[in-house]
Order: sequence, then C-alpha cells, then structure tokens
Amino acid sequence: MYLTARRTADELQLELSGEWRALRFTDIEAELGTVDVAGLQRISIAAAQAQLDLTGAWLLRDFLDRARAAGASVQFQGLEPATLALVERCKTGDITAHTHVIEWLDPERAVEGLGRRAVRGAREIAGGVSFVGRISVALMRALSQLRLRPVSVARHVYDTGLTAVPIVALIAFLISVILAYMGAQQLRRFGADIFVVDLVTVGVLRELGVLLTAIIVAGRSGSAFAAEIGAMQLNEEIDALSAIGVEPIEVLVLPRLLGLVIALPLLTLVADIIGLVGGGLLCHELLDMPLVQFLHRAQGAIASTTFWVGVVKAPVFACLIAISGCYCGMRVRDSSRELGRFTTLAVVQSIFFVILVDAGFAVLFMELDI
Amino acid sequence: MRALVEVQGVVNRFGTQIVHNGIDMQVFEGEVFGIIGGSGAGKSVLLRTILGLRRPNAGSVRFLGRELASLTAAELHALKASYGVTFQQGALFSSLNVCQNVQLPMLEHLRLTPRALDELALMRLQLVGLPTEAALKYPAQLSGGMIKRAALARALALDPVLLFLDEPTSGLDPISASAFDELLIYLQRELKLTVVMITHDLDTIFRTCSRVGVIVDGRMISDTLEAIVRNPNPWIKSYFQGERARRRRN
Repeated sequence: MYLTARRTADELQLELSGEWRALRFTDIEAELGTVDVAGLQRISIAAAQAQLDLTGAWLLRDFLDRARAAGASVQFQGLEPATLALVERCKTGDITAHTHVIEWLDPERAVEGLGRRAVRGAREIAGGVSFVGRISVALMRALSQLRLRPVSVARHVYDTGLTAVPIVALIAFLISVILAYMGAQQLRRFGADIFVVDLVTVGVLRELGVLLTAIIVAGRSGSAFAAEIGAMQLNEEIDALSAIGVEPIEVLVLPRLLGLVIALPLLTLVADIIGLVGGGLLCHELLDMPLVQFLHRAQGAIASTTFWVGVVKAPVFACLIAISGCYCGMRVRDSSRELGRFTTLAVVQSIFFVILVDAGFAVLFMELDI
Repeated sequence: MRALVEVQGVVNRFGTQIVHNGIDMQVFEGEVFGIIGGSGAGKSVLLRTILGLRRPNAGSVRFLGRELASLTAAELHALKASYGVTFQQGALFSSLNVCQNVQLPMLEHLRLTPRALDELALMRLQLVGLPTEAALKYPAQLSGGMIKRAALARALALDPVLLFLDEPTSGLDPISASAFDELLIYLQRELKLTVVMITHDLDTIFRTCSRVGVIVDGRMISDTLEAIVRNPNPWIKSYFQGERARRRRN
C-alpha cells in the first residue's frame, strides 16, 4: 500500500506512505491508476510518511498533471516532498529516443538513401585504392631504408602460419578424402577408378589446397587483423603512433602483409601434402590400390606446372586477405559495434576477393594453356 | 549514524605483490567519503572489491550490514540496483546513445512504460546539466565533461542511495571540474545521497568531502578532513603540504 484515498463529492484526500522507490514502479503506478480524478475540485496530499525518490516523485507528478488536467487544484498538507520540486524543475523535452523512422517507407527518403549509398560506395572504393597506394609507398620506403621489422614479421608468420597448421592440415585431409570418395563412386560406374588419382592430385594441387587454406586464413587472420587494428583505433593508439612520427601503415600493416605473404604459401604446401596423403590413403583403403600404383599414376597425372599453378596464387591471396583485414580495421570509428561490423566485413570481403581472383586465375591459366 | 558500507581487514594480492594488507573502512549514511592514495596504491582495486567485481584474498565487505560474499546471485543482482557507479573513463556503452545508456539499468531492473522510460531518462540528463540535444548523441561525439555527466546520469538511473565515483573530475579543465563539484554537492544534498569517491583533485576534496580515507602502505587511515590534513604520516603530510597544495592555498 502506497496511498490511502478518502473521497468526498469533489474533494480527494491522499495520504502517501511507504517507500516510493524506482524498484516499486509497477506497484505504485498500478495503485495510482485506480484513483479516479474525474470531477474533482481539490486534492490535498499528505506526503510526510512517504519517502519519494526521483522516480517516485515523477510518478506523483504524472498523477498530479492528470488531476490538474481534469480541473482539480492541488494542495499539500505539510511540506511538499523535496524530490517533487526537483522533478518539477526538470522540464523534459519531447525527444523520444524510442521512435525509429523506417527510411525506406518514404519514397523521397528511399531515393536519398540510394544516392547516399552510391556516394558511400564510391568513396569506399576510392578509400580502398588509396589504402593500397599508401601501402605501396610505405613498402617502397621500407625497402629503400631496409627497415622491414623482421621481428614483427616473424611474429605474424608464427601467428598466422604456424598456429594454423593443425586446422589447415585437418581440413585439407578431410576434403581430399571426401573428394576421392565421391569421385571413386562416380568413376567406378565407368570402370575408371584409376582416374580418382588424377582427380585428387590435380584438384588438390591446382585449386583446393590453396583455396581452402586461403579461406581458413581469411577467417582466422583477416578477422584478427581487423579486430586488433580496430581496437587500437578505438583506443586512439593509431593516432598516438602518427603523433610520435611513426607511420602506422609501416608498423602495423606491412609486417602483417609480409608475414602473411610468407605464411600462406607455406600453409598451402602443408595443405597440398596432407591432401595428397589423404587421397592416397583413401585409394589404398577403399579402392585397394597399392600406394606404389597411386604414386605412379599421380606422376603421370600432374605436369611440372600443376603444383606451381596452385602455389603461385598463395601470395596474391595473402595480399588480398591482409589488405582487406587491415583496411577494415583502420576504418573502425567510435564504437565497439563498428568493431564487430568491420571485423565481419573483413572476413566476408577477403573471402569474396579470394574467390573472385581465383576465378580470374582460372581463366588466365586456361588462356595460357597451363 | 548508520554505516552503509563496512570494509574489514581486506587483503588483496596480485601474485606476490600485496596491494592491500588489511584495509578497514566505514562509510556512513549521508556523507561524502573521499579515497586518496598514491598511484598504484590500489584505490581502484579497493573500489572493485567493494562493488563485488573482485573477490578479496581475505577480509569482508558488508553492504547495509550484509556480508557481500554470503549473498546469492539474485540478492547480489538486487543489491546492484541500490548503488550507482561511474568509472574513470566514463565507460559509457559506445554503441548506445546517451539516452539509451541511461535507460539500460532501468530496462534491466524495472518494468517501465516507454513514455516513463524516455521521460525518466531525460529528467536525469537535465538533472546532471546535459542539454536535451545531447540525449541522442553517441559517446564518441561527447566532450570529456559531458561524458562524466552522462556517466553520472547513468549511475543515478535507479535512484541509488549510494554512489561510487572513480576520479569524477580527472581530465576536466578547472572550470568544468568545479562545476562538476557543485553539481555533486547539489545532488548529494537534494537526493540525500551517500557518496564514495576516489579522487586526486585537491579542490574536489576540500569542496565536497566530509571524511577522507588515505591508502598508505596497504592500509587505510580515515578521519575527518580537518583531522587528516594535520595527520603526521609522511605521505599524507607531503600530499597536503606539497607544492601543489601550497599553491592552492595562496
């Protein structure tokens, strides 16, 4: 019980009691809601027994506003609660933080939004190109002054390369086993089991090894780059580096880029070897093909270029992953939500670029007859 | 006078480094209690211990006579509605605007109508002297002084009886800092708050604090402000009689 009301014809006597605290909001509001203010002339309130905090006072004021609107005058018996005076003094404006305008419902806004998106997209592309330019300049300067920060590069080779070996090996093994298994099932119908070897060796060496590795690394390291650099951006560490006179691109982006350019081909090598081992094992177990025969057939299937055609793509993919990761990290501004958004974007973007460029390579190699 | 917070024999260790070696502290209803101490003396660690964010290696913390360690999760959750905290850097949630920052504790602890939610939040912003336009701004768009005020508004969201402030005036210019002091005094008087504050600002201490606790060598010496200024402990002596303090008095 927070209030007792005694009502005569046109007068209401309210006695407030108990703790009118924020935590009791619902109860107090419900009790106030039961008081009928229609047709009242006077309300007299005794508040001495109650303790009102700001929320309680706001509830009381809300009720009094309702009563005044209905034509009643308000009097206090004894002192008016101090918090009520405080609430009265705060004139709350009309800003509603809750209203969300749904932009696309309004045609004018939709057109405006489309324009904004177009401009923003163009700026993003320009920003990306200029970022690549800045990296090139920084790389040239670093090369000419022989300042390549080997310790930092080594750390990134370790973080992005060595620690990724188990997962890359596992995935390469599983995928090549699946590929060989599916291939064997189909080819067996033509009695062409032996071509499983061609399928696995060419598939793994040319495409799957490098592509899977790049996608795993994009998920692992692309996101890590974006998150690391983004958190530094939020913490004004990037500004601090610039202010000290250290070029952030040179100390943050270049070592990551170089580290990944070194690590990704090595990881691809691991994926290739494990993939072939997986294919060989499956052929041995499932098709009863002796390993010697597998090796012999594999030597016939692959040309000297097959391996290099796969591995040569790795440094290019490494550049794409490192640049999108770092660029997304650099674009984080102001809030932790941005950090999440750009980390996601870094992964999505780098995987997209990797696959796009891989398609380009496929066309190129076909034209070159490799 | 009722003691709202009682700290007894709190020991905090990080590895072999002993930060607190038996801290005793009491905060009474209606006072402004200042905690001072050198850098690395463990002021923020003590605050985290009191708030229950860190379990001390030994000793006890009591809130309103109840031992913190003995509370269940639900009781601790309810207790957290009875105090407000501001952190050193403001710790506003960067993905929410100022108004939503203030509303977050209300949404967590109270069941309010959308209108009440908006009005109560705006009322708090008014109370701490933030303009209405600031309500829809994001923390990254605010100045240092506004961040401190917004953090205070969020700490006041549930009408706490007890307010913990970690360096409320650090990083503010002297004018903003003294305006913040005045605001604090005003709110403390009007809302009958009990305030525990960590501060280094001599002006803030002399303007607002009724009692002061000094952390020296892992223990706390607490007394009224007048008495603590005359304390013979060498660290306290140099703190209050140092060059900066002397300049302040001239």
